[in-house]
Amino acid sequence: MKDRKIVYPYIPNSVGEIKEQMLKEVGAQEVMELYAEIPEHLRFKGRMKMPEPILDECSIRRHVDGLLRKNANCCDHLNFLGAGCAQHYVPAVCDEINGRGEFLTAYSSIFWADHGKWQAWFEYVSLMAELLDMDYLSLPTYDGAQAAATSLRMARGINGRTEVLLPASMHPQIQAVVRNYLKGVPDPALKIGLIDYDRTSGLLDLEDLRAKISDRTAAVLIENPSYFGIIEAQAEEIGRIARERGAEFIVYADPISLGVLAPPAHYGATIACGDLHPLGIHMQCGGGQSGFIATGFDMDHAMQFKDIVVGIQETVEDGEYGFGVVFPHKLSYFTREEGNEFTGTNTGLWAITAAVYLSLMGPKGMEEIGRTIMQRSQYAAKKLGEIDGVRVLFSASFFKEFVVNFDETGRKVEKINRKLLKAGVFGGLDLSKDFPALGQSALYCVTEIMTKDDIDHLVEAVKKAVK
Amino acid sequence: MGRNRKTLLRKFHQARWDEQIIFEMSVPGERGILVPQAEEAVTAEVGDGISAIPESLRRKKPAALPEVGQMRVLRHFMRLSQETMGADVTIDIGEGTCTMKYSPKVQEHLAARHPGITELHPMQDPRTLQGILEMYYQVEQFLKEVSGMDFFSLQPSSGSQGVYANASIVRAYHEARGDRNRTEVITTIFSHPVDAAAPGTAGYKVITLMPGENGYPDLGALKAALSERTAGIFITNPEDTGIYNSNIDEYVKAAHAVGALCSYDQANANGLLGIARARETGFDLCHFNIHKTFSAPHGSFGPGMGAIGVTAELEKFLPAPRVKFNGKRYYLDYDYPDSIGRVRLFLGNAPLALKAYAWIMQHGADGLREAAEVSVLNNNYLEKKVREIPGVVVKYAEGKRRLEQVRYSWEKLMEDTGVGTDAVEKRMADYGVQHYFQSHHPHVVPEPFTLEPCESYSKDDIDEFAAILRQISKEAYENPELVNNAPYNLPIHNIWMPAIVEEEKIATTWRMYKKLKGIE
Repeated sequence: MKDRKIVYPYIPNSVGEIKEQMLKEVGAQEVMELYAEIPEHLRFKGRMKMPEPILDECSIRRHVDGLLRKNANCCDHLNFLGAGCAQHYVPAVCDEINGRGEFLTAYSSIFWADHGKWQAWFEYVSLMAELLDMDYLSLPTYDGAQAAATSLRMARGINGRTEVLLPASMHPQIQAVVRNYLKGVPDPALKIGLIDYDRTSGLLDLEDLRAKISDRTAAVLIENPSYFGIIEAQAEEIGRIARERGAEFIVYADPISLGVLAPPAHYGATIACGDLHPLGIHMQCGGGQSGFIATGFDMDHAMQFKDIVVGIQETVEDGEYGFGVVFPHKLSYFTREEGNEFTGTNTGLWAITAAVYLSLMGPKGMEEIGRTIMQRSQYAAKKLGEIDGVRVLFSASFFKEFVVNFDETGRKVEKINRKLLKAGVFGGLDLSKDFPALGQSALYCVTEIMTKDDIDHLVEAVKKAVK
Repeated sequence: MGRNRKTLLRKFHQARWDEQIIFEMSVPGERGILVPQAEEAVTAEVGDGISAIPESLRRKKPAALPEVGQMRVLRHFMRLSQETMGADVTIDIGEGTCTMKYSPKVQEHLAARHPGITELHPMQDPRTLQGILEMYYQVEQFLKEVSGMDFFSLQPSSGSQGVYANASIVRAYHEARGDRNRTEVITTIFSHPVDAAAPGTAGYKVITLMPGENGYPDLGALKAALSERTAGIFITNPEDTGIYNSNIDEYVKAAHAVGALCSYDQANANGLLGIARARETGFDLCHFNIHKTFSAPHGSFGPGMGAIGVTAELEKFLPAPRVKFNGKRYYLDYDYPDSIGRVRLFLGNAPLALKAYAWIMQHGADGLREAAEVSVLNNNYLEKKVREIPGVVVKYAEGKRRLEQVRYSWEKLMEDTGVGTDAVEKRMADYGVQHYFQSHHPHVVPEPFTLEPCESYSKDDIDEFAAILRQISKEAYENPELVNNAPYNLPIHNIWMPAIVEEEKIATTWRMYKKLKGIE
């Protein structure tokens, strides 16, 4: 049986007789004749070194399942990690629609054949527009970091200025992506300035902002809530300072907070961006990220979008909805290097999933989930802060995440987290490497899914870990 | 009744639901889902929670989202899915350059439903992510074999972000050598637009070479464009025409001779697995689209994954962190001071790494080669059938074999009947297959269409697809209006002008549309 020719189930024409028929049809004796254009010296002579294949489905499932079981997951552990990838509840309907083969395997087919996909995209934009109170969004980008980077490049495109100001407390990974994307801005280069934050409240240092902003500032970007979870109470004032100097005011927002927090447009943001991930998408080890960028509809902003923007219109049939692409000439698909940045496969499926999520939640759902997150995270912060030697670092109010400092316990976050892990808990993210000024601090994240019991369990585990 | 045995055509009508926009379905008070409420004891401790929000940042009015019960939401999106033609329900040979490969369901079920991946946080202690890291590590080893390159990163979220990352590496390489005068990148017109746009985003001036007689630029044209200003060349091979440039190594040598790096866009790699590699042709960098060549689905335009590979010399510039193995344990290595930094949050699209891993493991070295060979056989077989259809022309490289795809032209059909590729494209779907992809812009080949059958489609599928094209050609010669007024069997009718550029007609959201139309 060793020499048995394999028929691969995903390669129907690996059946010998079929292959013979087709070869005859194309006038070749053997398949390699079809590779005539690849000269001998450019051909790979060996055989790729790979493990022996696992041919049957039953065995591959078992094999991959075995690998996945090597991971400790957030179902069998209590998870308090966030930092841009929080564990929110994913409604079953989101999974159901997300898994529909038509959406899952659709690609670039357009308005007529993929009408449903375009409508779902249009609804995604329309729902986000209500949440953000802004009317112009493209299909989502790869992740929130890309959205932030692109927003900054858009600002530069609008006013042609040469500096951007970011919070010094910015998400380190988002900042890393931003730095990479801004490096490519041609002469004169786009410089990055960092605005400090107040060590007591966690809020942005307005004096530092006033000192650093100038007529060269293309944009001031803030995260709200900040990386430390802080609700930026001075946001309106920051926006005023930015706009008075002719800069764009960009707010990186958490969409799941917007049932209770004002949308950035209400306090002066000219560009809002962020990550769709909290809206009905599983964490997937970071695979569920997807970035949004929104502005009001005006030509200055509209002309800067780099990805597909969906517009509703009529078909030749009276009263029938159809969809089209707005300003396609701004896309690199049509104008190559003359386009705004580059367009490619993005995260269209997550747009549809977010649309399902927002449709399910409605205005009340978004409001209630925001309230529950506020309550449960405040409860967790309060209880953790009551432990000897443990304190919540900043005084300003927060959403979902907060910084817990362990300096007075004499323990390192790394050690504490290892002990927590043994108790079945993923403790908060260790901030000591990225923010050494904060000492031994960790970023804790509490969402709507953590019950009082879960939080009490965490508190007990931390008590033991810091002893 | 079944498909017509003689013509291979079938009767088809896609679902047409006249489906409302979700906002039109809103009934005040309806709920799609209830959400967890804080326990009384929690409320007793912290109050309503939202009082902590500073007044100026509190949402004053609830977002005007629709209020729709769960079953109606489900039905609505189910209907929209029915009004969409994914590869799971149609013969998707028409998306040339995209490799619409079958994505095995077993992979999907594992990636989308196993808590060992869906419920993982990317910042968990790496010791609790050993399965994922092992998968990443192994996929990198596999891709090294497929390409011959020395090191890989799976961080980019798509092929285009992979090309961008490679452009960043090219920049970092020259900067590290103190060579700051390399401001140009050269590409070819039949390479994907991103090979121009991503280097452009990275700050390069882009020079685009036009095709010579063979469909790819003459070596002389490349040499004329190369100079001490050239940072790199970014090209596909085979190009989007399916034509393999037999002298590609000479092109690479010429670029190297002026100190430029060579980046290989391998979006079209499907016909080459185990047969020809980036290494033998001398490239310094390459990228693969995991969602094309390695079987992850396209997901209505993503999420995708771009894997980038480099030679040992460029390893230090790869995005960090890198997945490493110390003989005992997999870990994340952040210690790359020369790295271009990050292009994506966290570890990239982990479920796509899983799908690539599972697909490669199910095929092994021989299976991958079988996929390549059959994809090329399928393409040559389809080409034979399509060339026999009246009105079809194939430009360039007459008499030479193409690899995994062909860019065809309806130029003759247009001349003979006035029916062009726009109309044929729309008519395709009336017969129950995906529309086809024409070409990237600009349309160097007139009235283009690009077909790529890859290995997933059976001879019977290919025969049906060709029969549909033949039928539409017949219709064009007999009754051009029939084709020009298509579609008839789809959820909606034709749209006159799919590109919306008039400011006063733009409505990108439902509320803008209502305002535009004066709807209450």
